[in-house]
Amino acid sequence: MKKRRLIPIILLKDGAIVQSRNFRDFNILGDPLPSVKRFSEWASDELIFLDISRDEEVKINRTDLNFQKRVSLSDVLEDVSKFCFMPITVGGKIDNLEKIEEYLAKGADKVAINTFLNSNYKFIEKSSKKFGSQCIVNSIDVKIIDGAYKIFTHNGSKILSYNLGEWLKISESSGSGEILINSIDRDGAGNGFDIDLINFVDNCVKIPVICCGGAGSYEDFLEVATKTTVDGIAAANFFQYKEHSVFLTRKLLYEKNLNFREPVLLSI
Amino acid sequence: MTICIVDANSGNKKSVYNLIKYLSYDVRVSRSSEDINKATHLILPGVGSYIEMMSKLKKYNLVDILSNEVLIKKKPFLGICVGMQVLSTFGYEFKKSAGLNWIEGIVRKLKTDKLKLPHIGWNNIMIQKKNKILDDIDENSNFYFLHSYVFESKITDSIIAETSYGESFPCIINSDNIWGFQFHPEKSQIPGQLILKNFLKL
Repeated sequence: MKKRRLIPIILLKDGAIVQSRNFRDFNILGDPLPSVKRFSEWASDELIFLDISRDEEVKINRTDLNFQKRVSLSDVLEDVSKFCFMPITVGGKIDNLEKIEEYLAKGADKVAINTFLNSNYKFIEKSSKKFGSQCIVNSIDVKIIDGAYKIFTHNGSKILSYNLGEWLKISESSGSGEILINSIDRDGAGNGFDIDLINFVDNCVKIPVICCGGAGSYEDFLEVATKTTVDGIAAANFFQYKEHSVFLTRKLLYEKNLNFREPVLLSI
Repeated sequence: MTICIVDANSGNKKSVYNLIKYLSYDVRVSRSSEDINKATHLILPGVGSYIEMMSKLKKYNLVDILSNEVLIKKKPFLGICVGMQVLSTFGYEFKKSAGLNWIEGIVRKLKTDKLKLPHIGWNNIMIQKKNKILDDIDENSNFYFLHSYVFESKITDSIIAETSYGESFPCIINSDNIWGFQFHPEKSQIPGQLILKNFLKL
């Protein structure tokens, strides 16, 4: 039987791992490699790397952090794929086919294309034709405005004119192989997943859905795994901060018979 | 021994390369007839569509080179994902197109009923037949899948293991010196390393 997936998200800014809250405040945590090592040892099902570097910012050479400086997602990917033999999705400002080709060649299996324009479905269409639907993930950032789900773009600063249901249909028919739904309201808040949002999205499409935003406790994972049939459950901060958290979350979900892979501590 | 990852410029050859390197084998990625000739083991990794993979094999003149090494010289050959699918007679992704026809069968869309497609994630295998590729592997071993199309083998004897997602389909096939995995060993953590090692021991 196919298992549901537990997925740590690694947020990167100029090659360093960061923590995010409501897409606005960032704490720089440092070298991503030790985290990746930990995550693969605890048998995560996949890893998602999201690059949230912003072009307009001046890149500061951090002398206070003692780690090898990698400035791009590509650099990180190159290093990670030498010891991490598990599925990898990368995302962040992917707007041309060459970029996708580069990431796939460096060891990524899937790319997350963020919805950044009303016309973005054309890019999804082009990419899925060239690389196959199975490697195109459409990442959608959602925020509740006046009681309705609105799609936000540009790191949460602009609103798309399509409503969420309309966009999901367009995305699916354009060739997306998966949806990564992120709740901006819950991002970094740690007060639980948005169950209504996740059920809405999951029922809307016939492709797998990964949810993220809101994980703050083990019970939050239990809740989303029980109250939805979502295929992938992802989190960034939670897995980053809590010792052995991927392993312990998996253990809980496995023991409750929620169809996750058995927890095994791997020594890779 | 020297392993050659056949470079049809399609798919995740780097990940397969990294894993074999990590397992301390001599490996190269190449499409030159010389390298393929010298290799003891051949691996064809694949991501993307059936048609694209076949057209690249033809474009780089690999069909004749590989046929000679695999069908005549009988070198151990492993096709991964689309690399396994093109071993079939025909593929039906987008439109009907001819494959290598090394193992008789067709490649068609997975019938999943209400389950979501693509089939993405970890799934266990159901062993159909004893095979040396399965040393240290049991039915609780999970492998990583990422596909919507499956190999429907006309030769049931070639099916070593199946996986179930909506329906049962072959996930490991073998005929003589030719093997195919529908899952990605290079992405399947420890079970993936074990099964790839078994192939390299052949």
